[in-house]
Amino acid sequence: MSDEQDAKPPGEKPAAKPKPAHHEEDPNKPVWEKDPTAPEWQDGSSDPLAQALKEEFGDAIESARSFAGDLTFQVRRDAIAQVCASLKTKHAFTYLVDVCGADYPKREPRFDVVYHLYSFAANRRIRLKVMTGEDTPVPTVCGVWVAANWPEREAYDMYGVRFEGHPDMTRILLWEGFNGYPLRKDFPVEGIDTGSAIYPEYYEPSAGPVAGTGTGWKPAKPPAEPVEKPS
Amino acid sequence: MSQPSQPVNLSFDDSHDGLFAKGEEMELNFGPQHPSTHGVLRLKLKVDGERIIDCYPIIGYLHRGTEKLFELHPFFQNVPHTDRMDYVAAATNNLAYVGAVEKLVGLVVPPRARYIRTILCELQRISSHLLWLATHAIDIGAMTPFFYMFRERELILDLFEQYCGARLTLNCMRPGGLPHDLPVGWTDKCRELVEMFPAKFDEYEGLLTNNRIWKKRTVGIGILPPEVAIDYGVTGPMLRGSGIAWDLRKAMPYEAYGEVEFDVPVGKNCDTYDRYVVRMEEMRQANRIIAQCLTKLPEGPVMAKRPRVMKAGKDSEVYYGIEGPKGEIGFYIVGDGTPNPYRCHVRAPSFINLQSLPELAKGYLLADLVALIGTTDIVLGEVDR
Amino acid sequence: MMGAMEANVLTTTYDKIFNWARRSAIWPMQFGLACCAIEMMAVLDPRHDMSRFGAEVFRATPRQSDLMIVAGTVTEKMAPIVRRLWDQMPEPKWSIAMGACATCGGPYRTYAVTQGVDRVIPVDVYVPGCPPRPEALLWGLLHLQRKIDRMTVAKPGERIISPTAEGRP
Repeated sequence: MSDEQDAKPPGEKPAAKPKPAHHEEDPNKPVWEKDPTAPEWQDGSSDPLAQALKEEFGDAIESARSFAGDLTFQVRRDAIAQVCASLKTKHAFTYLVDVCGADYPKREPRFDVVYHLYSFAANRRIRLKVMTGEDTPVPTVCGVWVAANWPEREAYDMYGVRFEGHPDMTRILLWEGFNGYPLRKDFPVEGIDTGSAIYPEYYEPSAGPVAGTGTGWKPAKPPAEPVEKPS
Repeated sequence: MSQPSQPVNLSFDDSHDGLFAKGEEMELNFGPQHPSTHGVLRLKLKVDGERIIDCYPIIGYLHRGTEKLFELHPFFQNVPHTDRMDYVAAATNNLAYVGAVEKLVGLVVPPRARYIRTILCELQRISSHLLWLATHAIDIGAMTPFFYMFRERELILDLFEQYCGARLTLNCMRPGGLPHDLPVGWTDKCRELVEMFPAKFDEYEGLLTNNRIWKKRTVGIGILPPEVAIDYGVTGPMLRGSGIAWDLRKAMPYEAYGEVEFDVPVGKNCDTYDRYVVRMEEMRQANRIIAQCLTKLPEGPVMAKRPRVMKAGKDSEVYYGIEGPKGEIGFYIVGDGTPNPYRCHVRAPSFINLQSLPELAKGYLLADLVALIGTTDIVLGEVDR
Repeated sequence: MMGAMEANVLTTTYDKIFNWARRSAIWPMQFGLACCAIEMMAVLDPRHDMSRFGAEVFRATPRQSDLMIVAGTVTEKMAPIVRRLWDQMPEPKWSIAMGACATCGGPYRTYAVTQGVDRVIPVDVYVPGCPPRPEALLWGLLHLQRKIDRMTVAKPGERIISPTAEGRP
């Protein structure tokens, strides 16, 4: 059997060969019994929404393309608040689904802030992406949708991306004094500090909860002489 | 945070009642360990006597680093992690995640698997609403519904256990379909349950719906006007209780929801009582959906053909959202050509809905705050991930 | 006399009565943190019914409770609060670490999770599972009751630890 296969030129599908059924792509088979076809990026600039935004904002909209039916716009960082305001008022994208961050350390600028919006009237979701670095804050969209408040705080907490104009730019899921920004690709999943560095008033040095490493339980003894607090 | 507003005068007349004498503002900590916070939620309250002037939620006491863990495992190994976020409704979390992976990779699910997934999600919706109502009622002070509802919830959990082996953290779906087909006799047991439920729902309604104490505690409490709800990104029964008939099962049908008939209940007065009525009706509609799916259940395989090592395309990203019991639960997954997701972000409904709690709570009493936390139907595993 | 001698024949009946009283009416504290809290609530439901073992009354405040069932993941942010609640409980007090997260961190070996609540409080009984079935939690409670039976009034402050736990690293 394998000799016959080698004799065939590569790329030619065997048409009516007496092979076991699962080797050939029977067009009558239902689609879930065939190999999956991955979606591809398609150009989205012919979409009327993309054209309207391009007219209004020009090159603040850097690109428009779609993947698996999700229309995605790459927006310049300083224009995001105006683009969002226009989408809300003129195009009825009144519902902000989510704001999140992503880290691409091999690229400069390394962070991505991704906004998902939904319009009830048009029943469609779009995605806006903004590229930003560690030191370049992104204008907040809290003035457009109140829903952006906590997701932006989470993006700050996890990545260190600051949002300019945010009413309460503090950590939300982790505690004040946490060292680092966990979802960055260079942050180890087990963490970098021990319990005594996190809560010095509870644990003596090198004791207390240690995420991911094993040193065991030591009860906190009251210090004999005043302990110098780590700065 | 924001300006304290004038206390809203509800059904209490403050003018001559000495209990509500004006005093000074006090900061009160509604701590992470509290019987009514449904988990580890901390609220910093500014109160004037019993009236809440401002409320600042502090979350993160259950932040476990799930999104970081998602990046370390292949797609199918992340399904158990999704169970533990909204731990009360694990099947809908699973469905949102595997649906996103299927969209990313281009898998099409066989019809039998779609129907079974719909049945599992609707059973999970009933079970989640039962638990919600049991805890909501017990926080307000009604202890009996807790025992009644957990009795029925145990029957649903039995069904889940017979299907996938677990009661709570189900891990019952895989990208491409289901891990195994239904066991023999499962559909009959499910049908028995479906026939039994309407009488039980009537029993619960008899306990609460026309109960004067329940109405006094929930009618007019926590008014969330529809425009404010949309601006806060609130979804699910909270949005439908505010009068907006939007349900992802109808707007963007997924699985078998496009092929069954059901209604979407909507509230009128935007208060806690309406959200209760909406969720009760949703349970009945879920029952209806399960009955239809059981009759229409097709034969066939339950798993699509998929590659042995499932890799996402290089530079691919999707967002996929479904209607969970608490609202829109969605996954944003970025693929990079490896079997692991490069970035997997969860759009958790409880996280977004909880943002509206300060807006709901201003001007009400401390005891109403307990009812409001209950009506937002939060699960801290989802809020903190 | 108390604490000055070993357990002996003079204290046996006294021990029996005290231990019987203590183990038949353990009052747990509501300390559900995560998913295991739902199974802890399921232990109270009519099917599994924890109240037949005396542990029905879940107190909300640590000051009135005997048993802390740590049900769920203890995060680093929550760990000092767990410790403070434990310190607020009056003696005699016991703890059950319910579930894989409370026992050893569970599936979460991450930057924010304490790898086991025994890094923060001493634990008497570990109940493995993710989440443990309600029957498993009842097993844990009965195991704790057997442990309480071994207490003696001659050594009132002694925390009973089994021999295998003593040499833990």
